[in-house]
Amino acid sequence: MNAEDKQKSDTIISTKDLNVWYDDFQALIDVTMDIPEKSITALIGPSGCGKSTFLRTLNRMNDLIESAKTTGSVLYRDQDIFHSSMEVSELRRHIGMVFQKPNPFPMSVYDNVAYGPRTHGTKSRAKLDDIVERSLRGAAIWDEVRDKLRQNALGLSGGQQQRLCIARALAVQPDVLLMDEPTSALDPISTTKIEELILQLKENYTIIIVTHNMQQALRISDGTAFFLLGDLVEYGSTDIIFSTPSDKRTEDYITGRFG
Amino acid sequence: MKTIMWISAFITCGLIIGIIVYVFAKGIPFISWDLLSTSPTYIPPHIGILPDIMNTIYIVIASLVVMVPLGAGAAIYLEEYATNQKVVAVIEYAAETLSGIPSIIYGLVGMLFFCEFAGLRTSILAGALTLVIMNLPSIMRTTQESLKTVPQSYREGAFALGAGKWRVIRTVVLPGCVDGIITGCVLATGRILGESAALLFTAGFAHTLNSFFEGLMSPGATLTVALYVYAKEQGEFGAAFAIAAILMILTLGINSLAMWLERHFRKMREQGYPQEKTKE
Ligand SMILES: Nc1ncnc2c1ncn2[C@@H]1O[C@H](COP(=O)(O)OP(=O)(O)OP(=O)(O)O)[C@@H](O)[C@H]1O
Ligand SMILES: [Mg+2]
Repeated sequence: MNAEDKQKSDTIISTKDLNVWYDDFQALIDVTMDIPEKSITALIGPSGCGKSTFLRTLNRMNDLIESAKTTGSVLYRDQDIFHSSMEVSELRRHIGMVFQKPNPFPMSVYDNVAYGPRTHGTKSRAKLDDIVERSLRGAAIWDEVRDKLRQNALGLSGGQQQRLCIARALAVQPDVLLMDEPTSALDPISTTKIEELILQLKENYTIIIVTHNMQQALRISDGTAFFLLGDLVEYGSTDIIFSTPSDKRTEDYITGRFG
Repeated sequence: MKTIMWISAFITCGLIIGIIVYVFAKGIPFISWDLLSTSPTYIPPHIGILPDIMNTIYIVIASLVVMVPLGAGAAIYLEEYATNQKVVAVIEYAAETLSGIPSIIYGLVGMLFFCEFAGLRTSILAGALTLVIMNLPSIMRTTQESLKTVPQSYREGAFALGAGKWRVIRTVVLPGCVDGIITGCVLATGRILGESAALLFTAGFAHTLNSFFEGLMSPGATLTVALYVYAKEQGEFGAAFAIAAILMILTLGINSLAMWLERHFRKMREQGYPQEKTKE
């Protein structure tokens, strides 16, 4: 293993015995998982198995849900994200999120992308212009919107909106991107574009993506984690999970026997 | 059956149109520039409703200035901050109940509390504060309703970028609910215009012309109260009908304004929120 490979397999997020409850219902059970840096990790599993819950725990978006309770630990670059010294706002700047349904704000394209940097204190026009362009280029949507920066983002197509949301997330220079079924609301062409984009983003970002689409997981991910009823059943390299899974349930799910 | 329905519809419309035509027919001939622009005098006997118009404007302004921050603030708190759903439900129920109480009771309580206890005596301010209490539940509810229409996904999107609660509210929630607040104001203005019982107790029925701040501390009749006074106590039906006609025109205006605003805001929503300020 050369130095670069070593670098690449460094763990960026590590969960240990992570449990999440919604009131009395346990949505995640003792999930222990190490996610390597600058890679794409796919989370798969039938509906309701806890994929979104897991994702939303990583940037503490689950804090917003009254009934949610969490035990166990999540380390982001060896820092406990639940520790009192961890600023949620900083955590979310480092760990960005893209949602299932594109959710641009009802503002101009420019203001959407500038929202994050402005939140974290960037005020200068020149700097913002620069960040906006860079982020839009990064999300492979610059050419389509360069003449529409002042137009309302809600006027864009669904696929464009989703790439805008990715640009918006990139604008705060995150480290990790959490994506919750980012293409499930999109047409096949937009989906392909976003998959290509995700593969490019892997160069600089760690990506954790929830998907219901087995082909998608296979096409883009390096590692795959299979969840079932709150359990992390199996986690390993995507090639292995999809060719020789060690758990019968994984195999059943992948071959479409349930879910 | 159909005939009966038709007759009911006919009678209803007939009555409404009848009243409007009657009031306009009796009132409009008495509306003159002189009436609108002067104060009343005893010697020589003369009726002018300028003070009443000004009092009405003062009371609307004073009420809205107090009511909007309170009502919208309460709504924002209940919708965005409050975590105890039981408390929220109790407050909402209380607000619901409050808005069903006859206004004369507000008048009585307002008189005892604002005029006597708080020492404001009979004054426009006491009247305005009474109206604030009367209209708070409604403005709170309209704001709450419009807060609910702001998609949760906007809030999530902003939180996920690291925005704090207040920033989220200020930048993505409030712009989406200004329309609710403004519509609430317009509706409240309509109710304030029409209110008489509560004001008879608290704001009195003086016809003196005052400046805004003077006016707040002095007793004064609004148009609706003046209508009552002229008709009931002075038998001046000409003036009463003139005021009635003016009030009707105002009400009509306010309703159209409410409708126009709703359409305007729907269009604005499609165009997006105004942009944030940037340093050059
Ligand atoms: N806010 C909530 N309150 C109560 N229960 C919830 C809440 N959110 C999720 N759950 C429950 O927790 C379980 C896991 O939900 P989660 O959304 O994480 O599943 P998922 O794997 O993302 O499913 P899907 O594929 O349908 O998105 C489900 O049974 C769900 O009903
Ligand atoms: Mg989900």
